Amino acid sequence: MSGRTRSFVVIAAAIVVVALAALMASAGSGQPRTFDERVHEIGAGLRCPVCLNLSVADSPSPLAGEMRTEIETQLRAGRTPEQIRAFFVDRYGAWILLSPPRHGWNLLPWAVPIVGLVAGVAVWVGFVRRRAPRTAGEVTGTEHRRIEHELADLEERG
Amino acid sequence: MSAGIDETDEVRVDDAVEPAGRGHSRRRWRAVALVLAPLVLFALLLATGLGRDPRELPSELIGRPAPTFSLPRLDAGGTIDLGDLHGQVVVVNFWASWCVPCREEHDALAAAWGRYRDRGVVVLGVSFEDTREAALGFRDELKGDWPLADDPGSRTAIAYGVFGVPETFVIAPDGTIAAKTTGAVTYEWLTDEIEGALRSGNVE
Repeated sequence: MSGRTRSFVVIAAAIVVVALAALMASAGSGQPRTFDERVHEIGAGLRCPVCLNLSVADSPSPLAGEMRTEIETQLRAGRTPEQIRAFFVDRYGAWILLSPPRHGWNLLPWAVPIVGLVAGVAVWVGFVRRRAPRTAGEVTGTEHRRIEHELADLEERG
Repeated sequence: MSAGIDETDEVRVDDAVEPAGRGHSRRRWRAVALVLAPLVLFALLLATGLGRDPRELPSELIGRPAPTFSLPRLDAGGTIDLGDLHGQVVVVNFWASWCVPCREEHDALAAAWGRYRDRGVVVLGVSFEDTREAALGFRDELKGDWPLADDPGSRTAIAYGVFGVPETFVIAPDGTIAAKTTGAVTYEWLTDEIEGALRSGNVE
């Protein structure tokens, strides 16, 4: 493996590591502490029925406000965020969830970016590897002439 | 496959970097396919997905027990309780005075109520995101005498998964939701669904 190929592989590996770290950081962002934060978190995951692409937490519509009240009431009654989400899914369908539940065909949108990233890196590494021996091999006549020419140029300037 | 790319077959005297022309062009086609395939797939996905109406959804509640409610009446005193109507066909119509299609469907609801009330069918208007005064003003203007109820905090609307008004549910005598429609309801839809619900009640 030439030095150039190796540096490409290192960069590719670094990108994968950073992407995975970002993914994990966003997935496990800790439990919100206050009651309002918990209400907000549940509301942020639910789609406001009377708006287009606004969450229950963000929508100023009266119905969204009443849904926030419903979330508060159920949280106070000791129901878990999962139970509250299920309450809304029972009535509005999975439509109400802003991110699809992670099972079955719904896994596709979660998997495609990761598969795409890995495939892209693989193609890139393959591409670099195939090309690398040509640059790592013997210096051709033209290249040799060019190197000498540019070195001479440099010396002139220096 | 490599027809027309013959210029890559030209002999390059001092360029040992380039591999044989034929392999090179094949690789280039593969790269083009690699880029185009996801784009085409994505375009197809958008073409099918964007053509769908995000609100055209079957109700989750069809065939399931209708959520119970006990609501204060708007047009009279007292409350109206779904539990008291068990064994009857109930048409629950979510509406608002500010809603234009609710005006359009008013005659259909009035006609269905007039035709079926003697057979124990109840039409119930549930006010959605509206004031008491505006709701009663709507009734005064368009007339009608089927019961109207208020829905404090929209709790019943949320329980029925209402997206907007008008939405109309037909509840069968066994207390399950037989049908739901979004938008101005027609007399034909109402008679079809009410007849169906009445038949299901007779079978039992």
